[in-house]
Amino acid sequence: MSATTAPRVETPFQRFVSEFFASKLAVLGLVVFTIIVLVALLAPLIAPQDPYDLAVLDIMDGRLEPGSVGGSGITHWLGTDDQGRDMLSGIMYGLRISLVVGVGSAVIAAAVGATLGLLAAYVGGKTDTLIMRLVDLQLSFPAILAALMILAFLGKGIFNVVFAIVVVEWAYYARTVRGNALVERQREYIEAARCLALPPRRILFGHLLPNCLPPLIVVGTMQIARAIALEATLSFLGLGVPITEPSLGLLISNGYEYMLSGKYWISFYPGIALLITIVSINLVGDQLRDVLNPRLKK
Amino acid sequence: MALYLLRRLMQSGFVLVAMSLLVFLGVYAVGDPVEILISPDADQEERERAVRALGLDLPLWQQYAVFVGRALQGDLGRSFVFNEPAIQLILQRMPATLELAFGSMFISILIGLPLGLYAGLKPEGRLSKTIMAGSILGFSLPSFWVGLMLIMLFAVQLGWLPSTGRGETALLFGTRWSFLTADGLAHILLPAINLSLFKISLVIRLTRAGVRETMLMDYVKFARAKGLTPFRITFVHVFKNIMIPVVTVLGLELGGTIAFSVVTESVFAWPGMGKLIIDSINVLDRPVIVAYLMMIVLMFIIINLVVDIVYTLLDPRVRLEGKA
Repeated sequence: MSATTAPRVETPFQRFVSEFFASKLAVLGLVVFTIIVLVALLAPLIAPQDPYDLAVLDIMDGRLEPGSVGGSGITHWLGTDDQGRDMLSGIMYGLRISLVVGVGSAVIAAAVGATLGLLAAYVGGKTDTLIMRLVDLQLSFPAILAALMILAFLGKGIFNVVFAIVVVEWAYYARTVRGNALVERQREYIEAARCLALPPRRILFGHLLPNCLPPLIVVGTMQIARAIALEATLSFLGLGVPITEPSLGLLISNGYEYMLSGKYWISFYPGIALLITIVSINLVGDQLRDVLNPRLKK
Repeated sequence: MALYLLRRLMQSGFVLVAMSLLVFLGVYAVGDPVEILISPDADQEERERAVRALGLDLPLWQQYAVFVGRALQGDLGRSFVFNEPAIQLILQRMPATLELAFGSMFISILIGLPLGLYAGLKPEGRLSKTIMAGSILGFSLPSFWVGLMLIMLFAVQLGWLPSTGRGETALLFGTRWSFLTADGLAHILLPAINLSLFKISLVIRLTRAGVRETMLMDYVKFARAKGLTPFRITFVHVFKNIMIPVVTVLGLELGGTIAFSVVTESVFAWPGMGKLIIDSINVLDRPVIVAYLMMIVLMFIIINLVVDIVYTLLDPRVRLEGKA
């Protein structure tokens, strides 16, 4: 060993990365999820067909089996639906809607939940009691029921679904952030920030929030998977996204009636896509939880 | 103790009032109440008469008072579609849902308990690891899609089981039940399995954790030292002790199961409350929607209240906290 090599110092981020990549399953999950996101982003470029351009659809190609060649010369690897739509293209476009709704609602819920959680921990007293009572109330009702209730009144639509999921999920973030912020609040750096007479907004979001991020990231990852599953379920029930913006759940729902006559592929493949998406996110989330959990650190 | 109960009851009452206000506002303020509550087929004159009869010309707070007053008498309006009182409609469908919910509870114990027991006794075994990995799937698989796949495999491809409906029913206590006939049992099997997936995973995890914890207890060591057979230790000494948390958690899950049966009932066209509410939402039969939501909110409030009271009886710490 030559004397010129300085001892390598790992930054916390490098340590985080190397710990995360220690699990092969988590890496697999991350790779698969990245591919899914890329496919969704690039759908207009790589999909064999634009599934929502009515001009390219041929009703004669309806319900073709996987692998058959349609009238337009396209090979439908995953078959076609009742409108003669290529399922593979439909799934690629459907992924976009599912991901936008899932990630979008998880991010908004995180913003709302984290803000309320921070407020509850920092202000305390009556504010804390009120916010935590709301959290308890929210968590005592099953997610599907609360979402059902909201959509029954508001009706279908992407924004309504996102709103419903945010209402259902914010409480998880609020509880997590509050628990963490209660501990962090006692630390010296918060006291120092207070002595400097920083405005509360800056203490909350500039000092307290960054130190509550690890558990927030873990909950957020898991909640994205949950949001995607919940959206799919709601769309399957006919309460979610409108027919003009079919997510994976709606694609599955469309194939329901044909399944009884043995045409399985219209429901089967969108479900597989949904499954792979959810499982890959959960694999990443599981590993994040282990890596970011301070209790497992020496 | 009495003070705690009183406070807890007041809380429940407060939640009920808040939820009824939400449901009321949802129906009366978000949408046009005339369109929501009066059949779209009515002509202008009928419409005005109905507006007066329903009190829709009154200020909002008075309308709410009327709504509450009628709700307390069990009157939550008439269904447009069935032209029957909404409450009666829901009560008629309730046995089907309850039957499905309890069926799925039963299946989750029947499958989850032995698997969890095995995984707990041999935590390092290959089979145990497979069971635990499988239980993760039970938590993360979208249940409606699994339901579709069950139909595809067992009803369409193999043709072993019927795919939809309740099948033949038999009369007991004045209600019709599917589980009393062979045909009905065949119909309930797939939806009940579908609804139980999540709970099977839950029971597996609880049982495994409980077994691993109990095996280290002194009374198990003593039983072993006494020379009891492993069979007897497992099924008498360990089993009794792990059943308490399993039954408690399953009891807590009952409400969630009834709520989640909305999805399963839609997949399997099971004519219960859940299918009714989805159908009602799709045809905008709002009185039924309101009645369903109020009933289910009331049910959850009662379940939460009972759970809290039972915990108070079992755990003195909860009582003392209430006093301080």
